[in-house]
Amino acid sequence: MAGAGVAGLALLAPAATPAGASGGGGGSITLYNGQHVQTTDAIVAAFEKKTGITVNVRSDDEDVLADQIVTEGRHSPADVFFTENSPPLQYLASKGLLATVKSSTFPSTQRRFDSPRSKWIGVSARVSVIVYNTSLLTPSQLPTSVMQLAQPTWKGKIALAGSETDFQPIVTSVVRRYGTHAALRWLDALKANATDHLYPDNETITDEVNRGQVALGVINQYYWYRLQAQLGASGMHSKIAYFAPHDPGYVIDVSGAAVLRSSTHQAAAQKFVAFLASHQAQEIIAHSDSFEYPIDSGVKTAQPETPFNDLEPNSISISQLGTGAEAIKLLQEAQLL
Amino acid sequence: MTAGRGRGTGSDGLAGARRRHAVRPHTPWLLLGVAVAVSAFVVLPLVFLVVQAVEFGWGALEPLLFRRLSAHLIWNSLSLMVVVMVLSAVVGTLAAWFVERTDLPGRRLWAVAVVIPLGIPDFVVSFGWHSLFPSLGGFWAAVLVMTLAVYPLVYLPVAANLRGADPAQEEVSRSLGTGRLMTFWRVTVGQARVAVLGGMVLVGLVVLAEFGAFEILGFNTLTTEVYTEFQVGLDPPAACALSLVLVLLGVLLLGGEGALRGRNRPPRLGSGVARALRPVELGRARPVALAGIALLVGLALGVPVGAILSLIVQGGSGTLPPASIWSAAVHTFGYSASAGLLATAAALPVGLLATRFARLQVQFLERSNMLVMAAPGLVIALSFVYVTEHFLDSALYQTPALLVVTYAVMFFPLAVVSVRAAVARSPVGLEEVGHSLGVSRWSVFVRVTLPLIGPGLAAAFCLVFLESATELTATLVLIPTNAQTLATQFWSYQSNLSYSQAAPYAGMMLLIAAVPSYVLGRWFDRLPGRAPVAPNPEGGGDAVPALARTMVGS
Repeated sequence: MAGAGVAGLALLAPAATPAGASGGGGGSITLYNGQHVQTTDAIVAAFEKKTGITVNVRSDDEDVLADQIVTEGRHSPADVFFTENSPPLQYLASKGLLATVKSSTFPSTQRRFDSPRSKWIGVSARVSVIVYNTSLLTPSQLPTSVMQLAQPTWKGKIALAGSETDFQPIVTSVVRRYGTHAALRWLDALKANATDHLYPDNETITDEVNRGQVALGVINQYYWYRLQAQLGASGMHSKIAYFAPHDPGYVIDVSGAAVLRSSTHQAAAQKFVAFLASHQAQEIIAHSDSFEYPIDSGVKTAQPETPFNDLEPNSISISQLGTGAEAIKLLQEAQLL
Repeated sequence: MTAGRGRGTGSDGLAGARRRHAVRPHTPWLLLGVAVAVSAFVVLPLVFLVVQAVEFGWGALEPLLFRRLSAHLIWNSLSLMVVVMVLSAVVGTLAAWFVERTDLPGRRLWAVAVVIPLGIPDFVVSFGWHSLFPSLGGFWAAVLVMTLAVYPLVYLPVAANLRGADPAQEEVSRSLGTGRLMTFWRVTVGQARVAVLGGMVLVGLVVLAEFGAFEILGFNTLTTEVYTEFQVGLDPPAACALSLVLVLLGVLLLGGEGALRGRNRPPRLGSGVARALRPVELGRARPVALAGIALLVGLALGVPVGAILSLIVQGGSGTLPPASIWSAAVHTFGYSASAGLLATAAALPVGLLATRFARLQVQFLERSNMLVMAAPGLVIALSFVYVTEHFLDSALYQTPALLVVTYAVMFFPLAVVSVRAAVARSPVGLEEVGHSLGVSRWSVFVRVTLPLIGPGLAAAFCLVFLESATELTATLVLIPTNAQTLATQFWSYQSNLSYSQAAPYAGMMLLIAAVPSYVLGRWFDRLPGRAPVAPNPEGGGDAVPALARTMVGS
């Protein structure tokens, strides 16, 4: 039996080798993908077609991938890291694990949404919004500031996902405006108001609000558009709304990409990152089921309907968002993490 | 420990003593060496945990551990563990008793149906309930889902025990005027105590390390917190430190079981005469019993299967790109079957040693292997990332081979308990005959021992296969880039709320997993026990092996 076992192992293992792990005339790179597959898939296909370089995609939660890259150290198989948010990129940059993105990849004018030290480039953006159930709330009842959600009137009506990565920039932004102490009190009150509507992520918040299990939540815009794409307009019992201009809850998150310093395919990796910033890839983002904003302001989206340039977020910068460590510490203190 | 334990009734009297005397000529150094090497490899992830926690430092660890949320999460984990263990014990034992000991109609059918839920991934059970009742959540939802997913871990050993137990004790009890209920509690349950406890420990370990099911139900435990630390905190050492708390709870669990099981067994000299049992006549209680078992199967099997089917029928569009379910199925099957073979082969020396050369150190060795089950899959995966990076220059990393090894380590305890139980049930006498005829040790092993414990090895393979086929978090880290398993693809769709796209993957997982479950159930149902069997003081004459005895001796 043991002998048969070993023989069986040898037989089964080749069957388990992935097809197309290598190949393609133009070589291959490995992409660690923390972005939603909806966004990545079409871009990768277009890149492969254009360059002949094969892209092996490995998708997981962006923070798990960041942990994994750190643990892998100098032997990391990753060539490019593509994330949903800037903090994991800032984290790897702070550990010295990122190569500098080629200067030709950046546009001539320095943009707000790129790495402060050219370690990564912004690819797409998302904006935080209110999602509310239309039979439970009318637009006039909505809060104008994220701070109001701490008021007792919202008890039992708000949904909260403390472990959702997209929530951290809002916390950081509140800290910056009102200080750590006030931010902690605000979080405590939010948690109390959320009662048993504490969810693991924004997908769940959007779904529960749409079902009418809870009246409102704070998400990034694209979760709502994705749900609409799945359920059709008739399935939607919710809408999105913006906070007042420059409110700390009105935050732009940036999704970005970087080349790993340990990559043994620097040229191809730089090519892929440059492609992400290209007009072609930006058009793909604008017209895919990603529903994010292309960072290239020349590209217009059908959905979301509000043009990127018309948004009025608060002015928090990428450096101020940092690695999110401060927000995480506060979330832990508020027992939300 | 020794063969006798499996009986529950205890054949540790003269027979046991005789055998022990006969079996211990000298320490088998080669076997010991291999077993130690295997065990050392299995506990490697736990070493990694300690190293990381030390690196993190006590100063940083203290505020993270000693805070309100930790207390709350530890309470959640512990209370859930205890309640699910108790409920699984009640459900598993009752189901086993009705199926094994009564004239319940359709017994053979039920014997298979109650085992199949073992093959349904916990997060699919959770997913099924959640898609039917979206507002389902919280403690009791977690209790419901976990109990329905894991009670077979108690059912299997208890059913095996009831099959092998001597009915005479019950008859004596009844003849002395003890009521039916009292007899059931004192004698039947009393006899099966070790089996119930063994099953409960596995249930406890599984509940401790569960992640996906609770994520779907929105119920937070220490394990979901470990994942949160990884996913949000960008802080692997902190997550590892928290995982140590889980391992500690596992130590308490194993210690508690050891203490409860006790050392003394009913004073008996032989295992009694195995003979056909006359099934208990249920009489007017028949419809109630029938309704009860139908309800159990309906809840544990019907709900997830029904939810999956209805989602497939409903259809609907998703925003995620389509993927190949066949490729995912082939990967799942290949990895899991390889892991099953590897774990079974590796468990053989440990199981042999623990049974045939039982000493305190060997038992310690064997039980320390169990702890790996309490550690979250993601932690074990990262420990292998660390090991390959630091000692192998990242050779093997993200290859099928490393993934298979990781599965084998994660589910090694399931293989060990099955193998050990099978070894315990095979008569040493036959091997001795072989030796006395001048056949070499190796020949005796291949020609006598292996055929005897074959079914036990099959059971070990099936259990590891089932668990590997549904593993998610370690898979995401270690799977070859570009490959998908059914679990990773299911999770990708499910977490994007693309339920209709996720459902076929859950269905396929269920099909792949149901086959071994069905085989286990059928094979188990055919074991002798009801049929008269010649008395055998060694307690090994019957072929009741493997799963039948799976957790009985653990």
